Order: sequence, then structure tokens, then C-alpha cells
Amino acid sequence: MAETKYTEEHEWIRVEGDVGTIGITQYAQEQLGDVVFVDVPVAGRTVAKGEACAVVESVKAASDIYAPVGGEVVESNAALADTPGDVNAEPTGKGWFFKLKLSDKGELAGLMDEAAYEAFVKSLG
Amino acid sequence: MVQSLDRSQGRAGSVSAGSVNTHGTYTGNRALQLEEPLIFEMGQAGRCGVDLPEPPKAKERLNGLRRKGEIGLPGLSEPQVVQHYTRLSQKNYAIDMGVYPLGSCTMKHNPRINEKVARLPGIGDLHPLQPVSTVQGALELIDSLAHWLKTLTGMPAVAMSPAAGAHGEMCGMMAIAAALEAKGERAKRRTVLAPESAHGTNPATAAALGFVVKPIPANDRGRVDLAALKAALGPDVAAIMLTNPNTCGLFESEIVEISKAVHEAGAYFYCDGANFNAIVGRVRPGDLGIDCMHINLHKTFSTPHGGGGPGAGPVVLSAALAPYAPYPWIVKDGDTWRVAEDGAKVDGLPLGRLKAFHGQMGMFTRALAYIMSHGADGLRQVAEDAVLNANYVMAALKDVMSPAFEGPCMHEALFDDSFLKDTGVSTLDFAKAMIDEGYHPMTMYFPLVVHGAMLIEPTESVAKEDLDQFIGALRSLTAKAKTGTAADDFKAAPLYAPRRRLDETLAARKPILRWKPSNNPPGTDPLKQAAE
Repeated sequence: MAETKYTEEHEWIRVEGDVGTIGITQYAQEQLGDVVFVDVPVAGRTVAKGEACAVVESVKAASDIYAPVGGEVVESNAALADTPGDVNAEPTGKGWFFKLKLSDKGELAGLMDEAAYEAFVKSLG
Repeated sequence: MVQSLDRSQGRAGSVSAGSVNTHGTYTGNRALQLEEPLIFEMGQAGRCGVDLPEPPKAKERLNGLRRKGEIGLPGLSEPQVVQHYTRLSQKNYAIDMGVYPLGSCTMKHNPRINEKVARLPGIGDLHPLQPVSTVQGALELIDSLAHWLKTLTGMPAVAMSPAAGAHGEMCGMMAIAAALEAKGERAKRRTVLAPESAHGTNPATAAALGFVVKPIPANDRGRVDLAALKAALGPDVAAIMLTNPNTCGLFESEIVEISKAVHEAGAYFYCDGANFNAIVGRVRPGDLGIDCMHINLHKTFSTPHGGGGPGAGPVVLSAALAPYAPYPWIVKDGDTWRVAEDGAKVDGLPLGRLKAFHGQMGMFTRALAYIMSHGADGLRQVAEDAVLNANYVMAALKDVMSPAFEGPCMHEALFDDSFLKDTGVSTLDFAKAMIDEGYHPMTMYFPLVVHGAMLIEPTESVAKEDLDQFIGALRSLTAKAKTGTAADDFKAAPLYAPRRRLDETLAARKPILRWKPSNNPPGTDPLKQAAE
């Protein structure tokens, strides 16, 4: 059973077994506007929780994407290079960024669940 | 009305006889607003504007690499070339045409006296490789400007050669790296702190030099969060890069405390001087405890921007960093000026050379002309008028637009997009509608710390009646947006520009960076698609 968690930087992570798929939320893509470029980390790279490891660039701004938890990158979404608009169209589907093999599942505990994230977004006005 | 975008209409090359376009004119032009093809789409192969003699016969030494095909240059006569570029220049919007409130860029007037002085034969015709004995006056000019930059900033040293603001940042941060190296701390101090309200180039500069960038959040007053800064300072921090006034148009009022904390932690203080225009003649950054700061001569000291440039970004340095200033600099031996070049025996540990020759001589001349023609009282008034104009705009718009922060601003007025909430109009739409009113839009979506940011920097150059008209235009657009029924009109803007709303997303996702005939087969013209 997959569980999805959220960060205050508007990333989501969907965990199945010990692998987490990471992307940005619907709210994040709305704020960014049309995404024009995505830079994803290469497989094999080890990232720490909170480390800037991907970049998303829109017509308005360029933003870092932070690893919600630590681990090793096992796959990245190469298709985004040609179709960055997937991030706008399906931020939690085709628009995923990369997959991490989690080094410590305990780190998930510090993240928000869906209800908490929705409340967080609401508090941003 | 939809504009014709067939760029060859009315020009030599591909007019089909008797064609009628959406303007109803034969040429596709609208009165004196002329349609302009790319130069590669004009003319006829083989036409040439000059009559050159046949080259002498020479033995071929190309070893089979001789070009076999056509080179593909456009074939145009001299009047065609002159007309093409003149027409293009008339499509441009420039500070010589009107209000140009591009926040963070300081698009102030370039006084004509600067240009007159820069064109004096003894200055305009110089070459950097001339014998030093023939350019004594030019070297003295560089030294005079250096003197005034040091005086105005209250700093003991200056590196004149950096070619632009970002290059100056690079210079300053390299001096900091060199100073750390000399203290044996380069390996341990790897972090550079960059407030969210700093210029975007600051973290880029630090990253380019191999530092790890750590952002410092802004507080709810739009200034650096001092507590967060103090918490981030430690033995791993090399420097802080702070812009003051910052990109929210606000003075970092706790800057003295910031500099104290930074120095107590053993780090250096880089101040981005891009907004020096707001404080020149009023505040000496050296008194605030900074270690280095670049000065954009093309902002504060009125030399031309961008294509009209080049830029120039001298860097003033504290006593702690002065020994690491890069080559070259000007020295006076008795009555003779000379240039301290690479390898010259000098005091200190110069970090090397950042640029060929001495720096941007043409800009030095213009900047010095600006300083001398204004005098101390005039420069003080520059800062006062820049701040006054921005606050005039802020005061005149704050009841209908939404200021991002409370209180007076410095040289630029920052608004967020909350006044457009539920109108269906975005910051981008609002900016495009300003084009129809005859204004270059303000800076938008920057700084990032403010939602839908609109950053207006009128500069000191704009007269009150011109500011009043600008304010009137913005109030009118705001009122229209707030009717709640004008979203479609805003989305359609600009209506009257040579090109309508361009597809910025497509341009960024699928950029066409090189013209090829095959880029634009009939019916697939991307500009045309964008317009439709």
C-alpha cells in the first residue's frame, strides 16, 4: 500500500516498499506557471534529506527541488527533458521527477500527510 | 484587430502580386508601422553594397578544406541595409523614448554631456596598447574615477577592471576566497549566505566559485531575518552576500548589526552595490562595515546599459581585502602615471587578472563626467530624487494596488498581485496591458519572495508630469481590472504593439536559436501560430 507524504517546499513523495517517487504538488505547479525546463538527478547519486537535487524552471522562476528524505536515486524521469509541460498537466502522475531508494524510512515521519498538507496550503492564503 | 505576420510582405523577395492581408493594405504595413522580415529573408543572392576589386591570385593552402557551397549571406544594397536596421531600431523601446520603470535595473537617463566627453578625440580614439607616455591623461582619468568611487563609498581600495556587475561580484568573491586561502581557511569556510532579498546573481556567483549557497529567509518587513542569519553563521561560513537597498526596495536597517555578526564569525561581508543609486552621496557603505561592493557604473553613474554598453562593475575593497585586488591598477611615480600589470613587483597578493587591458575606458569617462557634472550636491540629489520618485509612485498607487510591505520604500516601489485577486487578471496580463499604454512594463515576478511581484523603479530622471501620466495609466488599468469583467481584454493585450502576445512558454520550451530556411516553412511560422 503506497503512502504519499508532503513537504513544506511543496514536494510529494509516494513510497512503495523502500522506493519513493518524488515530484511537485498541484499547488506548486500552479504557482510556478508553465514549466519550461526540468533538471533531474542522475541514477546512482546519493542525496541527503533536504539537499537540493533537481531544478524546475518556469516562465516566472527557477526553483530548487529538495530531497524530502535521504537515499540513492534509482531512476529519473528522462521524458521531462522533452515534455516539461507534464509537470503542469499531471504533477502527481507523468510529471514525477525521480525515484529514491530510501536510506532511512524513519525520515518520513517528519513529513506531512495529505490532510496536513492541505491545511498548510490553505494557511498560505 | 489581428496583425499580419507574414514578414516578407511589402519587402523584396516574396511578394505575391495583388495579395491582400488582414490590414487591408497591399504591403501589410500599418501606416508608418512597417513590417520587417529577417535580413536573411531579404534581398537577392549576389547583390553587394560595395564594389571590391577581384582578389589577387594566391596559392591555395587550405588542403582540401575550401568551401564548396554558397556561404548564404544575404545580398543587399547599402540603402536596404540602412533601412532594415533603422526600421528595427524604431521598433525598440528605449530610455530615450519614455518612462522605463524596470525595477532593479535603474534605467536612468544617459546624459548627453557624458557622450560628448567620451567622444573627445583624445579620449575616443585611444588604444590600450599605445605607449604609456601618450595616455597620461587617460590614466589620470581612471585614477580620478577610482578616487571618487573610493570617496563616495568610504572604502580604501578599488579594482577598476571588472566588466559588469556580475563580473564585479566574481571579483569581490575571488578576493574573499584569496583572503581565506591566505589565512588557511579556504577549505573549511565553504558556505556563502545569501538572503532571499539579495540579487539573483549573488548565489550564482558564489556557486560558480565552488561555495555552497545557503539562503537566509526574509522577515515580514522584507528585510533579512537577523536571528536566522545569526543562527546560520559559523566556522564554515566564508561570506554573506547582501544587497542594500535590497530587491524589495528596502534599506536593510540592521546592516551594522549584520556586519558585526558576520565579522565576529570570521566571515566577510560582500555588499551588492547594484542599488547604490538610492544612497549615493547620503550613505558611505564603508561606514556600514562592508568588505567589498561592486558598483554598476551603468546604473548609479548613468552609463548606457546592455547593447548600448558595455557595462562596467568596479569593486571597492576594505583594507582586509585590498591586498588581493586584481591587476591592473594605476600608480603615480613622481609626475608620471603608469599601469601596474601582471608580474609587476607590488605590495600585496593580487588575485590575478580578470580582463584584458584596464577596464571599460569609455564607461569610466562617462561615469566621471556624470560625477563631475553633478558634484557632491548633485549626487546627493540623485539619491534623494530617486527615492522621492519611487515613494511618489508608491503613495499614488497604494490605495488601488497592493504594496508588498508597509512603510516608505527606497528607490523602487514593490507591489504584490493581491489587488488582482479574483479579477482573472495576472501580473503578466497587467504588464502586457501597460505596453498598450505606451510603457515598458515594470519588472515582474521578481523578487521571488513576493507573490506576483511588480517592481517599479522610476529613477530620478522622470519628470513629475510624466510620473503623473504613468500613475494615471496604472490607476486606469487597475480600475478596469477590478470591474471583474475585463480579464479577456487583459489576456488579449498588447493590442497595439508590433506583435501581439508572444508564446513565452513555447519560446522557452522549444527555442529556435539559429535561423534556417527550414525553420519557417509556409504555414508553420511559430510567430504566426503564437498570434493565432
